[in-house]
Amino acid sequence: MMKQSDNSGVLASDATREATAFRLFTFFGSQSVRSACYQLLLAALLAGFSYWLYSNVVENLHAQRISTGFGFLHQPAHFAIGETLIPYSANDTYTRALVVGFLNTLYVTLCGIVLATLLGFLVGIGRVSRNWLLMKVCVTYVELLRNVPVILHVIFWSMVIRNLPAPRQAIELPGGFLTNRGLTFSVPAAHSGWQWTLLALLAGCVLSLLVSLLARYWRERRSKVLPTGRIRLALIIGLPLMVWWLSGAPHALNTPELRGFNFRGGFTISPEFTALLLGISLYSSAYIAEIVRAGIQSVPKGQLEAARALSFSSWHVMRYVVIPQAMRVMVPPLASKYVSLAKNSSIAVVIGYPELANISNTMMSQTGQALEAIAIMMVVYLVISGTTSLLMNLFNRYVAIKER
Amino acid sequence: MQNPVVFWLRQHLFSSVAQSVLTLLLLTVLALVGATILRWGVIDAVGFNGTAEQCRAAAGACWAVIGEKYRPILFGLYPYDEQWRAALAVLVWFVTVGLSLSPMCWHSRLLWPLWIVSLVVMSVLMSGGLFGLPPVSSADWGGLPLTLLLFSGTVIIGMPVSVALALGRRSPLPFLRGLSVVFIEGLRGVPLITILFVAVNVFPLFLPAGMEVNKLLRVIIGIALFFACYQAEVIRGGLQAVPRGQYEAAAVLNLGYWHTTTKIVLPQALRICLPAVTNHIIAAMKNSSFVIIIGLFDVLTATTAVMQDPVWRRYYIETYVFIAGLYLLFGFSLSRYAVWIEGRIDERRNPEGVS
Repeated sequence: MMKQSDNSGVLASDATREATAFRLFTFFGSQSVRSACYQLLLAALLAGFSYWLYSNVVENLHAQRISTGFGFLHQPAHFAIGETLIPYSANDTYTRALVVGFLNTLYVTLCGIVLATLLGFLVGIGRVSRNWLLMKVCVTYVELLRNVPVILHVIFWSMVIRNLPAPRQAIELPGGFLTNRGLTFSVPAAHSGWQWTLLALLAGCVLSLLVSLLARYWRERRSKVLPTGRIRLALIIGLPLMVWWLSGAPHALNTPELRGFNFRGGFTISPEFTALLLGISLYSSAYIAEIVRAGIQSVPKGQLEAARALSFSSWHVMRYVVIPQAMRVMVPPLASKYVSLAKNSSIAVVIGYPELANISNTMMSQTGQALEAIAIMMVVYLVISGTTSLLMNLFNRYVAIKER
Repeated sequence: MQNPVVFWLRQHLFSSVAQSVLTLLLLTVLALVGATILRWGVIDAVGFNGTAEQCRAAAGACWAVIGEKYRPILFGLYPYDEQWRAALAVLVWFVTVGLSLSPMCWHSRLLWPLWIVSLVVMSVLMSGGLFGLPPVSSADWGGLPLTLLLFSGTVIIGMPVSVALALGRRSPLPFLRGLSVVFIEGLRGVPLITILFVAVNVFPLFLPAGMEVNKLLRVIIGIALFFACYQAEVIRGGLQAVPRGQYEAAAVLNLGYWHTTTKIVLPQALRICLPAVTNHIIAAMKNSSFVIIIGLFDVLTATTAVMQDPVWRRYYIETYVFIAGLYLLFGFSLSRYAVWIEGRIDERRNPEGVS
């Protein structure tokens, strides 16, 4: 063994000592040992630093007589929340308040994603239009909206809504009223038939999805194209319509009426929700438009020409040639845009829509337990971001090129 | 031969019946919107040196609110008589940035002294206490100087951290790599607001009793780390795009890790991801407005505070348009600059335009 490492050709009397030195040198010189040492050092530093921070926190909390732990979550919250998706009163616990906030975050995020995607696709497609004027209008839209901070968008809309006329001088819209208390409009009056109709709609959507999967299977295995368009339309529209008719065709409306200083009845979208939704979706729509543009432009021109040569209609070119290929480019950046939209919903703190960050902030100022409140907030947002990117990754796998 | 103007119009606006209808429809809408904006913003408007009475009588915009309030908007809580100092500091900032952005000055022997001198001048101007200038505490800084400070602090601290994180994520050391991944993904998964809350409410708890870090500095560090995590992912993309042959060539030349990284890989990686890097720098400029949540007096917070004045609060649209215009100007010039610099880099790499 010594013979192997001792290739320096020194005299035999010094050989042993020289060999030990050389072995030590190669021991520290070898890549893996050196990297192990670096990492151990790093880990030790990190552990020491963490311990130092931890002991500081313990000492500071002790000195300030702040109790630690999540016990406060079971105490009553003692604050009211303006908008809740589940029943909540001021006597409920902090946990329930947090759940209310979490659901509000999900609600505004989902609405925002739908609105931003719709606007973004429209503007993005306009951005690559052959019509020069339309293209320029869309460019202006993108540049104006995305170079302004999202928080300014939200504050601006909240100011606009706050300065709308009071309910007595409400701006009348077809079927509703626009006031500084939000947008109030008529909704169908409560009737059990509506629930069944809604269920039928849901069932129709699921069934139509199944039909399209089946048709796809049929197409790939038997190379036969089934005309499923009408079947799916009947399932989505016809089925709920039939259920609605069978359950007695309820059509009474719950119309808003001015009583005193505010409207009674109908359904009201609150100013805070509207401002937050408009702000974050308009801002994101500008980015989504750019993603859509990049996706569409990534489809080689030859493909369009080939499709036109096969006398595809322009709708079919879009539907079967451009969009499927553009999707591959679009889905990963869209995913990160959706995640950032969800995170941007937290600026509701400035305008008072009671979502997660807002409620955590109230909780933090009431209990003084900043550490716990912020930890909860961070973990929940991490879960939201993680789930969104997971879902989008699954979708990405669905649209990505399948190479066999 | 056809008239080129007619040809262009036919091709771009009236290529088919549907396109012609669309064009006419858009022209009508644009004319209506344009006329409304023109009437509101110019014809019926009160100018910058108007009065509140004139504004109330006028049907259009009231730009007098800007003339009246631009100083609290631009300088926030900074003492009124000392605001010339803040204005001068902003001027120095613009000159410094302008010089550093022009390729003529791209020399480390020029840039380092320039930035050190400017930073000293700016901090003396802002804080005072020297040369007979009355001292102004950083708690009273506000408006544009604060926005610029937050922005440049974020970029100056964030860029090196982002490079380190990106290298850490691609490091051969698994522990270091894991650490970088956890840090980057953890910070990217939470909203900036939570980082700001940590900087303001939690960070002091982590320091030993008696040791304090200025609130402004804590916030800047928080925003910079957040920025660095996004930028690190962009730079990682750039690092991945550097061809393997470059690493192999460096190995053949017997270069160590640091030389390979700093002399060969990083310059190429940064050049590849420059467009995305500028996008995040523009985003950092906009993100500085998030400090309204923790009550730091940047331009946006100052504007919102100014809008509490009962005489002028009804002219909120004009004020916010002004602020939006300020951000637009910054964002737009930064992105134009990025496009120009990309073109320049391409030109220098590829002078004949052969690709």
